[in-house]
Amino acid sequence: MTSTASTASAEHAAEPRHGLRLVVPWLILSLVADLIIWFVWKPHLPPGDMSTSAQHQQFDIAVLAISGAPVLIGVIGYFLYAIVVWRAKPGDDSDGSPIHGSTKVSAAWIIGTSAIVLWLFVFGTVELIVPAGAGAGEGPSPIWQLAGKHTAVWSPGSDDMLQVQVIGQQWVWTYRYPQFGGMESSQLYLPVDTPVEFHVTSLDVIHEFWAYQLGVKADANPDVDNIAYTEPKTMGSVTVRCNELCGIWHGAMFNYGKVESQTAFEGWATGVQAKEAANGVLAALPAYALTYDPTVIPQLGQAVVKVDGITGAAGYYYPSTDPVQP
Amino acid sequence: MSVPARAAGLIVAFLIVVGLGVFTAVYYIGGTSLLPTVHYTGSNGQVNVVLQEDPQNNSATKPDWVSYYVQDPSSKQWIHTTLFSVPANTKVNMTIYGFDGCTPLRNNFWSQVQGTIGGTVTVSQFDQKGKEYVTNDTTSVINAWSNCNVGHTFAIPSLGVFVPVASPNAQLSANNLCSSSPCTTSGNPYAQETFSFMTPATGGVFRWQCLVPCGGGFVDGNGGPMQTLGYMMGEMDVVS
Repeated sequence: MTSTASTASAEHAAEPRHGLRLVVPWLILSLVADLIIWFVWKPHLPPGDMSTSAQHQQFDIAVLAISGAPVLIGVIGYFLYAIVVWRAKPGDDSDGSPIHGSTKVSAAWIIGTSAIVLWLFVFGTVELIVPAGAGAGEGPSPIWQLAGKHTAVWSPGSDDMLQVQVIGQQWVWTYRYPQFGGMESSQLYLPVDTPVEFHVTSLDVIHEFWAYQLGVKADANPDVDNIAYTEPKTMGSVTVRCNELCGIWHGAMFNYGKVESQTAFEGWATGVQAKEAANGVLAALPAYALTYDPTVIPQLGQAVVKVDGITGAAGYYYPSTDPVQP
Repeated sequence: MSVPARAAGLIVAFLIVVGLGVFTAVYYIGGTSLLPTVHYTGSNGQVNVVLQEDPQNNSATKPDWVSYYVQDPSSKQWIHTTLFSVPANTKVNMTIYGFDGCTPLRNNFWSQVQGTIGGTVTVSQFDQKGKEYVTNDTTSVINAWSNCNVGHTFAIPSLGVFVPVASPNAQLSANNLCSSSPCTTSGNPYAQETFSFMTPATGGVFRWQCLVPCGGGFVDGNGGPMQTLGYMMGEMDVVS
C-alpha cells in the first residue's frame, strides 16, 4: 500500500503542468493573430471604409475575427496538444480518467462560453444601433435614425439629410432626389460627409439595392418604402447591384455611382433638375411619393387599364397585383 | 435483387441523368445558335441599323408575342432575330419602325431620350393610308403618359442608351394596327424613329432590351418576350 501510494505520488509529481503549457502559447499566438487581424487584415476587409456604415461593417468583421481567433487557436491548440501528449500508448486499451465532478472545468466552460455569447450579443446590438441600422433597410418607420435635418431643400455645408429614392425595375435602377424638384436620374450621385437617407422601393418584383462600397443593402419591394442610412466619408466610385434574384437579367442589373464633393454634387443635381425641367421630364414624372402604383397615371387621374386608347401591347397593361395568366 | 441487376439499374439511372443533362444543354445552346445574327459593316465611321417592332410575329410557336425584327442590310429582308453586330468605335445610325400600339411606361422617366448623340431622336408618324401626321419631330422626350405615343423602348443599359420608341397615336393604336408580321409601311399605321449613338472602342456583347412591360400573359408583363432572345430583348455584338 505504501509502495503503491508513493508510486502514484511520483507519477503525479512527474506530470507536467499541462495548463501552463497550453495557456502560454495560446496567449502568445492569440495576441499575434489579433494584431495581424487588426493591423494587416482589417484595412483590406470588405466593404472598405467609404462610408460610416461601411466603416462599421469593416470594424465589426475585424472585431468578430479578433474575438474568434483565440477560440479557434485554443481549440486547435488543445486538439494538437492532446494528440501529441495524451496519445494512447500501444497496447493500452483503457479509458481515460473521468472528468465528472471537476468544478473548475465546469465553471470555466460555463463562464467562458457565457462571456463569449454575451459579448457577441452586446457588441452586435451596439453595432446595429450606433450606425443607425448598419446600412440595412429598416422599413418605412426606422427605429434607429441617422442624425441630420430633414429639409425641403438640401444645401452644401449644412447638416441637412440628403434624401434619395431608389427605384428598382426589371432590370435597371433609377434615383429620385425630392430635394431637387423630384428629378430622376439613372446615376447615383452623392455628396461626401453628408447624412443620406435612402428610400428604396420597386415598380414590379422584389429587388435589393446593394451599394457595395457604401455598405448599404436594402430590399426593394413594390408598394413599400424601405429606409436605410449612411454617410459617405470618401469620394470615389460606387457599384450598385441588385442582390435579389429578380428575373433572367438579374445579373446585369447594376450601375455605377459616384461620391463627390458637396459643391460638385449640388452642381450636378441642380444641372439635372434644370435640364429635366426644361425638356419636360419633371412634368411627365409623377409627383414624388414614397411608393408608386404603376397601374395609375397620376396626371390623368386614372388607372392605366381604363384610359381610352391606352391598351398596352397585346391589348392589356399589366398591373403588378393582377397579372394576366397565360 | 441480385448484384448485377442492381448495378445495371444504377448504370441505367446514371445514363438517364447524363442524357437529360446533355439534352438540356444541347437544346438551349442549339436553340440560341439557331437565332441568326445580322451583320452590319461600317462605312466612313458610320453604320446604319434598321429595326422594327411589331404587335405579333411570324413564329410558329409564339405568334402572339410582341417582337422586334432586324433588317438584313443586303437583301433588305426582315429577319426574325434580335442579334446584330456592328463595328467598334462607330457611329450607329439607328432607324426603328414602330408598328405596335402605344402603351404607358411603368416609369415615365424612360420617356426621356438618353445616351444618343445630341440626346434626341427624330420621329415621324404615319396613318394606315400613308399620311404623315407628324414630320421629323426632333425631341428629347416622348411622353408615354400624356400623349400615348410610345410603343416600346430600345435600351442598352451598359452603354447608357435609353430610347423610347414611338408608336402610332392612341386612336390609331386602338384600331388598324398591323396584324401580319413582318409589318410593312403600306396599309399600316406606324412611327419612324431615328437616332444615333457611338459604339465603344473595344468589342463586346451588349444586351439590349425593352423597358415597357410588354410581355402579355406574364407576371408584371416582364416575362415571355421581354426575356427571350429574338423577341423584345437582344444582343448587340460590337466587333473591334
